[in-house]
Amino acid sequence: MATGNKIEVESDFEVLSEKKPWHQVFVELVRKQPLGAAGGAIVVLMILMAIFAELLTVFDPELNSLEHMLMPPDEVFWLGTDQFGRDLLTRIIYGARTALLVGFSCAIVGATLGLVLGVASAYFGGMFDLIVQRIVDVVMAFPLIILALAVVATLGPGTQNVIIAITIPFIPQCARVVRSNALAIREIPYVDAARALGFSNMRIILRHMVPNVMAPYLIMLTSFLGQAILLEASLSYLGMGVQEPTPAWGLMLQGGAEEFAESAPWVAIWPGVAISLAVFGFNLFGDSVRDTLDPKLRSR
Amino acid sequence: MSKYIAKRILMMIPTLIGSAIFVFFLLRLIPGDVCELRLAGTGLYADPEEIALCQKNLGLDQPLFVQFLDFLWGYVVFDLGDSMWTGFPVVHEISIRFELSLQVAIMATAVAIMIAIPLGIISAVKQDTWIDYVVRAFSIAGIAMPSFWLGILIILGMLIITQAMWGEPWMPPIDYVPIWEDPIRNLSQLIWPAVATGYRYSAVATRMTRSALLEVLREDYVRTARAKGLIEKVIINRHALKNALLPVVTIIAIEFAFLMGGLVVTEQVFNLNGLGKLFVESVGAQDFNMTQQLVMLVVLIFIVTNLFIDILYAWLDPRIRYS
Amino acid sequence: MKNITAKLAISAIVGAGVALCGAFAEAAPKRGGTLNYVVGSKIPSYDGHKETTFGMIHPIRPFYSTLIRVNPDNPADPSDFVCDVCEGSVPKGEEGGTKFTFKIRRDVKFHDGSQMTAHDVKATMDKIIFPPKGIPSARKAFFKAVKSVNVDNDYQLTIKLSFPTGSFIPALALPFNFIYAKKDLDAHGYTWHTKNINGTGPFKFVQHQKGSFVEGVRNPTYHHKGRPYLDGIKAISAPKLAVRVNAIRGDRAAIEFRGFPPKHRDDLVKALGNKITVQESDWNCVLMATPNHKRKPFDDVRVRKALTLAIDRWGGSKYLSRIAIVKTVGGIVYPQHSFAATEEELLKLAGYSKDINASRAQAKKLLQEAGATGTSIDFSNRGVDQPYKVVGTWAIDQWKKVGFKVKQRVQPSPQFYATLRKKKDFDVSIDFNCQSVINPIADITKFLTTAGNNYSQGGDAKADAIYDKLLRSADPKEQRALIRQYEKRVLDDASVAFITLWWYKINPHRSYVKGWKIAPSHYLNQHLDNVWLDK
Repeated sequence: MATGNKIEVESDFEVLSEKKPWHQVFVELVRKQPLGAAGGAIVVLMILMAIFAELLTVFDPELNSLEHMLMPPDEVFWLGTDQFGRDLLTRIIYGARTALLVGFSCAIVGATLGLVLGVASAYFGGMFDLIVQRIVDVVMAFPLIILALAVVATLGPGTQNVIIAITIPFIPQCARVVRSNALAIREIPYVDAARALGFSNMRIILRHMVPNVMAPYLIMLTSFLGQAILLEASLSYLGMGVQEPTPAWGLMLQGGAEEFAESAPWVAIWPGVAISLAVFGFNLFGDSVRDTLDPKLRSR
Repeated sequence: MSKYIAKRILMMIPTLIGSAIFVFFLLRLIPGDVCELRLAGTGLYADPEEIALCQKNLGLDQPLFVQFLDFLWGYVVFDLGDSMWTGFPVVHEISIRFELSLQVAIMATAVAIMIAIPLGIISAVKQDTWIDYVVRAFSIAGIAMPSFWLGILIILGMLIITQAMWGEPWMPPIDYVPIWEDPIRNLSQLIWPAVATGYRYSAVATRMTRSALLEVLREDYVRTARAKGLIEKVIINRHALKNALLPVVTIIAIEFAFLMGGLVVTEQVFNLNGLGKLFVESVGAQDFNMTQQLVMLVVLIFIVTNLFIDILYAWLDPRIRYS
Repeated sequence: MKNITAKLAISAIVGAGVALCGAFAEAAPKRGGTLNYVVGSKIPSYDGHKETTFGMIHPIRPFYSTLIRVNPDNPADPSDFVCDVCEGSVPKGEEGGTKFTFKIRRDVKFHDGSQMTAHDVKATMDKIIFPPKGIPSARKAFFKAVKSVNVDNDYQLTIKLSFPTGSFIPALALPFNFIYAKKDLDAHGYTWHTKNINGTGPFKFVQHQKGSFVEGVRNPTYHHKGRPYLDGIKAISAPKLAVRVNAIRGDRAAIEFRGFPPKHRDDLVKALGNKITVQESDWNCVLMATPNHKRKPFDDVRVRKALTLAIDRWGGSKYLSRIAIVKTVGGIVYPQHSFAATEEELLKLAGYSKDINASRAQAKKLLQEAGATGTSIDFSNRGVDQPYKVVGTWAIDQWKKVGFKVKQRVQPSPQFYATLRKKKDFDVSIDFNCQSVINPIADITKFLTTAGNNYSQGGDAKADAIYDKLLRSADPKEQRALIRQYEKRVLDDASVAFITLWWYKINPHRSYVKGWKIAPSHYLNQHLDNVWLDK
């Protein structure tokens, strides 16, 4: 019997809808997107580190013990100690908490506010759109670091203000991308039909427009995660970020990195590795998310 | 076409005014001022009278609105004012740094292009093979590493390696000399930040090249070319690449705009006397005049770059012109 | 008789021999070469009378001379002043210490070729001491005792004081008192020198590439003949500490004049061995902890005293001197000055006992009496590692040991100053007292109730009265005794504010730089006319 042409199923979502057992789905995902899986693994590791920091460490991340300053890695201090005698491994694990707090807060708040602004701007159009786009222009014209610097200089340093400072530049970035996608949807006939039928704006936005801009939203969100961690590191390096004694990777680089880079290189290397790994993981993961959600980029 | 350009230029104006308002009031919110910092900053005794006098000389005792009008008026009469910290004209202070930042930006962009285009093409053509994975991992590593960390490692590496090999540690020059005066010294200072920055920006461009090329390779006309039996290489070079390059050029142009003034941290590490360093210093010194003018400059560069990109797109795609 | 003569003769010959050997041991200075050095701070303007930062002194000082200066061959001695543009030695005051007559050298020329006379010195002094309305002079307050500056003739100047004071000569030696030309001030006004340089110093100004470097070249008509030895100088801007250290390591700069933390000194020595020479000295800068007298419970002297009793200064000095630029335990006067307290005298002050357990027990008792056990401290600190953050972190540990709960608020410099000076919204703040020329009588004014840089919002009337007497005393022995009384009042009995540790200056530099001797302040001895390169 001729079976004819089997239609190849390529979409991962279609794979899921076939109700395969989840571990098989998982293995297929890993095989199809090895880089993304690796990134995802790193992200999960970071999250676990952040949540279970107390269980994973023996030392206090903020207590000074000047007798142990700048000790090289040994059996007691696996990654060595910094200039105040604090265990580096402990501070890096607790640092994951700060990094993820900053990363997720900034990314989620920034992307979501951007989504709201972008969709509203696209949907309502007209004067509203014009004004919002000009404001977006203004904020986007400032290099990220400059905006963050100015905000921190105004509000003062500290974790909370750093989050605000980093979130602000993200909003217009996301708004712009979401808006251009939403504009395309606005012209689709069923939106007109929905309006003609008298559906409220809110309903149309929530049921039709938002789901269709989910893809760029998620892509921007994952991109923001990595950017936020890097920005926090840069701000701390300049002295305007998180302040002592909070464990934060960027702060650890500022204090220890250059000062003791030569006599105690472990102080400079490990926080940098942590930052790079975290951002690397987020970006790999985000890349795969984008590849999966954007049909044009999937391989044949 | 000219109507389109005129419209775009007109739209620049509210953005510029908005930026001016934004930066002016944002700066004034920062507590403290340049006089306090200058006179009492070192803990040496400072007469409050002296501080008040200094503020009066700089116009800091005027009501905010008056200061703002002063600021705007400066653009009308082409007088950008003096730095509140040094007293020298802002234009003078900026022009020196501008030269250096421009050179680093150009060199970094060149490095980025030299890395990104070939890697992006390879990655797209060999999608989902191990080559693709390696290239993607390599380029994401570039984005993931904090640039100042990379810079620190580079300088330290140079000191240690040169000492190990030649007995005397060597590091790049720490003061700037223009390229036409002493090209070797100039390049030996600027090549390192250019490479460190270029590697970072190549990552973005590589990804964009890859995705843009992938998109184009799926287009119908490419399928037609393949069906016609054209060699893959010819297809890529003659048909696909040209169309794929547009978004890549966009990304490169935008990144270039950010390089001017955005290299704040890199300049700190390599001790470059550029716009980024000037920025950090003026914010730190509460030098409102200088910071304002710098921000406006950076904003202007960004907006003008966007304008060129918009015009380029409109020229290539008539549909946009008439929207 | 003969024996004595013989003995004298022999000692004379031996003495001469030793002196000769000494002279040969000190190599003769070589002429030539350019000194590259790095400066960590920016130049606000070129006007020495207006500015206060070393970022101006290091590059600009070599272009100017002053009336008198700290002896460049013996800068560690806080009372060794020599004439720069005056002739002979620094005059002792006449008429009960209220009249000082200076003979001016006749061979001093400005860089534009014109002759310098007493009129130029008078014009300079008038600008510094009696500036016209609207012209800033940052150290006007140091010269409150000066009544008038008069020109006797073209080469003689007389300065009259309204009362004798030991703080006048040190104030005159301040490195900021650049001698300007009267004709420049008359022709171009009092703000010309903020952007223009015309001095009488060992080097002539060549160029200033903004943000990058300042260049100078030898002044062929310099009045100290034979000097300067260098052909030129180049002051390179490098805001980051790591860049400055690496610059010396990579020989992009030969020396840095402010100082490096101990670990960097160790790094450089390890990397370069005897190519690096290290000079160290106590620093005329002290890190303090200032309690806010207007905030409960720090308005209670017992609570304030507990703060100082908790701190183990002697023990802390051991640790901190390994990682921070602090070292010496001292009172309110620079430790190497004759007016400073000896160790015996220090031990009598609260917080300076070597039995830290007894001190801390006493602190806990005081807190209990005051009903303030377990008080929470809002501690404001400056976001600069050396030595603020390091010492601040250590101080927090010390306070915790007597039951205080401490929350540290670290802010970048501008916000930190705003908190300290304007908002005053702290319980305890890190504070400092940094001066250039060691002038104990002027330097300790910080603890006076009405002092502009007393941020404690408190003071002690008894101490103020003692200081008044001190200011008008002409006898050094009496001055010293009064200073001891003043010290006991402000650090102990009334607990106005506290000294933690004195800063320590560490200057590692390339060994081929010779002639520069470390001074107790990074503002001093920056004339660079006796520096030479042994290359």
